[in-house]
This record gives sequence, C-alpha cells and structure tokens, in this order.
Amino acid sequence: MSNTKYILGHFEDPDDLMHGIDRLQENNVSIYDVFTPMPIHGIEDKLGIKPSRLGYVAFCFGITGTLTAFSMIYYMLVYDWPMNIGGKPSFAFPDFVPIMFELTVLFCAFGMVGTYFYSNHLFPGRAPRVMDFRATNDRFVIAIDAKENPYPDKIEDLLKEAGAVEIKYNERKYVSYE
Amino acid sequence: MSSHQESILREPLITGKNITYSKVTEDILVPVENKPNKAWWIGFTIASLGALLWVFAVSWTFWFGIGEWGLNKTVGWAWDITGFVWWVGIGHAGTLISAVLLLFRQNWRNSINRSAEAMTIFAVICAATYIISHMGRPWMFYWALPLPNQFGSLWVNFNSPLVWDVFAISTYFSVSLVFWYTGLLPDIATIRDRATGLRRRIYSVMSFGWNGSVKTWQRFEMVSLILAGISTPLVLSVHTIVSMDFATSIVPGWHTTIFPPYFVAGAIFSGFAMVQTLLLVARKVMNFENYITMFHIESMNKIIILTGSIVGVAYLTELFIAWYSGAEYEQYAFLNRVSGPYWWAYWSMMTCNVISPQLFWFKKIRTSIAASWILSIVVNIGMWFERFVIIVTSLHRDYLPSSWVMFYPSWVDVAVFIGSIGVFFTLFLLFLRVLPAIAMAEVKLLLKSSSDQVKQKQIKEKTVDKDYAEFYEESLNKYDSVSQEAEYAKF
Repeated sequence: MSNTKYILGHFEDPDDLMHGIDRLQENNVSIYDVFTPMPIHGIEDKLGIKPSRLGYVAFCFGITGTLTAFSMIYYMLVYDWPMNIGGKPSFAFPDFVPIMFELTVLFCAFGMVGTYFYSNHLFPGRAPRVMDFRATNDRFVIAIDAKENPYPDKIEDLLKEAGAVEIKYNERKYVSYE
Repeated sequence: MSSHQESILREPLITGKNITYSKVTEDILVPVENKPNKAWWIGFTIASLGALLWVFAVSWTFWFGIGEWGLNKTVGWAWDITGFVWWVGIGHAGTLISAVLLLFRQNWRNSINRSAEAMTIFAVICAATYIISHMGRPWMFYWALPLPNQFGSLWVNFNSPLVWDVFAISTYFSVSLVFWYTGLLPDIATIRDRATGLRRRIYSVMSFGWNGSVKTWQRFEMVSLILAGISTPLVLSVHTIVSMDFATSIVPGWHTTIFPPYFVAGAIFSGFAMVQTLLLVARKVMNFENYITMFHIESMNKIIILTGSIVGVAYLTELFIAWYSGAEYEQYAFLNRVSGPYWWAYWSMMTCNVISPQLFWFKKIRTSIAASWILSIVVNIGMWFERFVIIVTSLHRDYLPSSWVMFYPSWVDVAVFIGSIGVFFTLFLLFLRVLPAIAMAEVKLLLKSSSDQVKQKQIKEKTVDKDYAEFYEESLNKYDSVSQEAEYAKF
C-alpha cells in the first residue's frame, strides 16, 4: 500500500460518480482529477473548477481577424493602389464586409482551438497522460492522490458505498503505452 | 445531471436492449477494429476506379488545356462550375448538422454529425479540385491570393465576389476540418486505448494525448459551442458568396437578389439528401440501426421537404419576378429556361427538386428506407440540374443573338464529374475504415436520457402516465430496429 501513488475509483454510471464525488468531499478527501469517456454536465461546479475563459480568447482572436481583414483591404485597395473602377469610390466599404467576416471566423476558430490545444497540452505525438485505459471507453474514474490522502481504507469504503465497481491502487501515475 | 430524463413522449434516439457504454464503443468500432467486409471492398474498388478516372481526366485537362472541355466562347462556364457549386452545396448539410442543430440542442444530431462532417470535408475537397482544374494554368493558383506586387502589377480586386469566394471556401474548409478533428479527439483516444502495437502508436499520435480529464472536457464543450456559433453564419455566408458569383453579374437570370437565400436552401436540401444517401447504406452495412434510427431518417426527410419547398417557392418567385420586372431580357431568359432547347434540364430540375420531395408528406414514404434512399438520389440529380440550368441556360443565349450557341459536354467534362464522385466515395469509405463513423462520446451522452431501454424501464416501473406510455409505444411502430414483440411493456 505504501507505494500507491493514486487511488482510482471506477464507476459504471455517471450518477454514481457524482454521488462518489459528493461522498468524498463530505469527508474532506481531495480529488486529484476525474476522467470520463464523455462530458459530465455540472461536474465543474462540484469540483470547484472555474468557468473556461476560452470565450474571451475567441472574441479577441475574432476581432483581430476583423481588423486584419479591414486593414489589409484598406491598405491594398485604398492606400497602396487605388483603382478607378467606373468612377466608383475605392473605399467601397460594403465590398469589404464578406472578407472581414470570413477572416473573423477563421482567426477566431484557429486562435481558439490553438489556445485550447496549448492550454490542455494537446499536440500530435504527445504521450497520453491517462491513468486508466478504460476511462476513454466505459468507466468513469475518480483519481485520488494517495499521498495527500493517506487513509486508503476509508477512501475505499466511501467509493464502494457510492457505487464504485472497481478500486485500483496505482503505483505509477500514468499507464504506460509501451 | 446526466440522469436528466427527457419526456416519454419523445421518440428514442437509441434503440436496442442492454446497450451499455461499452456496447456503444464495441458496436461503433466494429468497422474500425476489424478487417473490411466484402461490401466495403466492392464499394472501395468501384470508388477508386472512379478516382482513377478523375486523375486521368484532370491530367488530360492539365496536359492539353481546358480547350478539351465542351466550353465555347459564349458558354465559358458550364460543367466545371456546375460541379463546383453542386459539391459545395452538398457540403453544407454537414455543417448544418454539426453547428446549427447543436445550437438548437437537437440531440438527434449526435449520431449523424461525425459522418456528415466528414462528408462536408470530402465534398469541399471535390469542389476545390474543380477550382484548381478550371484555372487552365493551375500552377498560377496563387494569383487569387492577395500577394505583394512582385507577382504582378496589382493587388487582387477585393470588390469581386470571386475573391470573396477564395476566402469563403478556404475558411469554410479549414474551419470545418478543425471542427471535425477536434470532435474526433476523444473518439480517437478511445480507439488508442483499445488498440495494441503499431495501431496504438498511430492513434496515439492522432489523439494529441487526449485523456478525458474534467478540464479537457470543460474546455472541449466551450470550444464546440463557439465553433458551432461561428460556423452557423459561416455556412450561410459561403453559399451566399457562391451565389454572388452569379448575382453580382449582369447576365439575365443571374442578376437577382433572391439568389443568396435560394442557394443556401438548395445547398441544405442537397446536403441532407447526400447524408441520407450515405447513411442509409452505412447503417445497413455497418449495423448501426440502433444508433441511426428511423427517427433520424424521418427528421432528415422532414428537413428535405422543408428546404425542397423553399427551393420550389424560389423557382416560382424567379419566374414571377421575371415576368413582373418587365425586363425583356430577363423574361426571355426564363422563357428560354422553361421552353428553350434545354427545357428537359429545367423540367428534370422541377420534377426532382420540387415535385418528388413532396412525396415525403406521406408518412409511409417518409419512413420507408428504400423510398428515402431513392428520393435522396433523385434530389441530388435534381440539384445538379438546378446548377446546370442556372449556369448554362443563362449563358448560352444572352444579349447578342448572333452569339447564341448550345453547350455540349466533352468526354473530359463527364469524366471529371464522374471521377469527382469516385474521389468523394474513396475518401468516405477510407474514413469509415479508420475513424469512428458515429461520435461515440456524444452518443454515450444520450444513453441515459433518450434511449429506448430507459424509456421502457420507466414504463415498466409505471413512473409515467399510461396514455403517454401508449403514445410512446405507438411511435415505435415505424422503427425498423425495434421488434414489436412480447418483450415490450404491456399496459
């Protein structure tokens, strides 16, 4: 037991998992993280995770795209090389709108997804930091740091009571993909 | 929260008994984790022969020039642009399903969005190949980009819808790709964690190290929502801009303000028809009947009838406005469409797009798999004719009667078009083999709220009103994946 780094409580049902989180929190057991095969709504509030700020990021990237498109077209069509097309004004703002819109969307999408990948350390070839193989399939896993919470029996009881189907004691943090 | 149960009156989105989270994974990964069956090989062989034809015809075009196509000095745009608009339009349903239906919280999108998005990407690839191949000198494609003056004496003309199109199509393609791939990450991780050896290594690289932690999912949901929010106006803008390629010109029959909404409705119409064509076969061959249910098929048919009717109203409005405008060139353009030498194309369009989809008002037809499949192909033929009618009949007889000609496609035109269908199906069949065709994580979300087994359990436990339960049981009659036998709850 002393070598155990993480205790994993496996649940088969997301509602049991939520119940398990409640039980652990009532007993002041800190939860390291929860790994699930699908998003669980309401779990962030329970674990006290702050709302994501990606919306602001998306807005900033989007507005950058709008401004980039406007300045690019303005520079090229009005400032650098104004053309006389049938005597019409070269600063024809309505014609700028479609590309301003497209670049808003383009910058917003790529900027936001890039930020998401960056903040969650997602990139091609990254070694997956997965604690249990079944957490991406059919198990809802609560991970508890065994060093911070040195009372495995109590944790096991709490998890079992909440409906955990399996309790694992992992001596290394992540599973090996070798 | 995940135990939120929806009303018993709603039809189930997942049927079958004893569906567990692991069963969802198993069922959906069958085609990915096993050797392909005979049906796949036959399909793949035919599709790749088509793709080879495309390679041959496009190489022919590049080698001898676009003079090999049936174009002439009056009709300078014909099959190429028809094919381009057709493919871009088909792509629209994928984005509509993944973005618009997400914003409207239509849960039935969860099991069809993945393959519809894949379809979008492959359709836009097919469309893009037309752009490149119709350039004549494709190695000069970068002239369409706003590059500094060393490449020529001028910047590109940003007043031109063709330049808007360059931005619209490339944004649409890349944003759809990002949306699709981000959504794939959790499912690729599932494959990774079940695979061994080299497969595991490949899927591990592709999974970007996804682990399904709370923070990952929280941000993932945010990203999906915002991508859906920006893709919705994007998809509308793309076909609007495609329609402006025509509408901002002064060619009779093109110069109308109705084009943007009319093109967008047509795009969604043809796109859903293509989704239907693909998924009705895929669900059968890959045994996805429990996940892509009759409810999905019927819902898509309802969208087809709605958009088909919008398109029908647009056709009639065009005719009326041509008469009402009093502009004789406009009037002639439409008279020529209806009764000129291309009358058969016009009436094929009318029959396939406006008349035959009305058959979906009959519930029997709407819930018949064979009828849905045939009508979906009819719609796609009709939508191809729509673009052909708009493009060729307007061009071949415009202001100068001495220049009036007919357009006849050459074998290269035909081969490029048939070949592009081959390219599309080759890509789609490969996709079915290597990536899950149904978004597993999203289907798992529905398991506890909208599956038949949960609703049956509620009925058995008598927690729902009896009348409602009867209504629900009745709605199951149309499901081909539900057998109406004694196993179901009796009242």
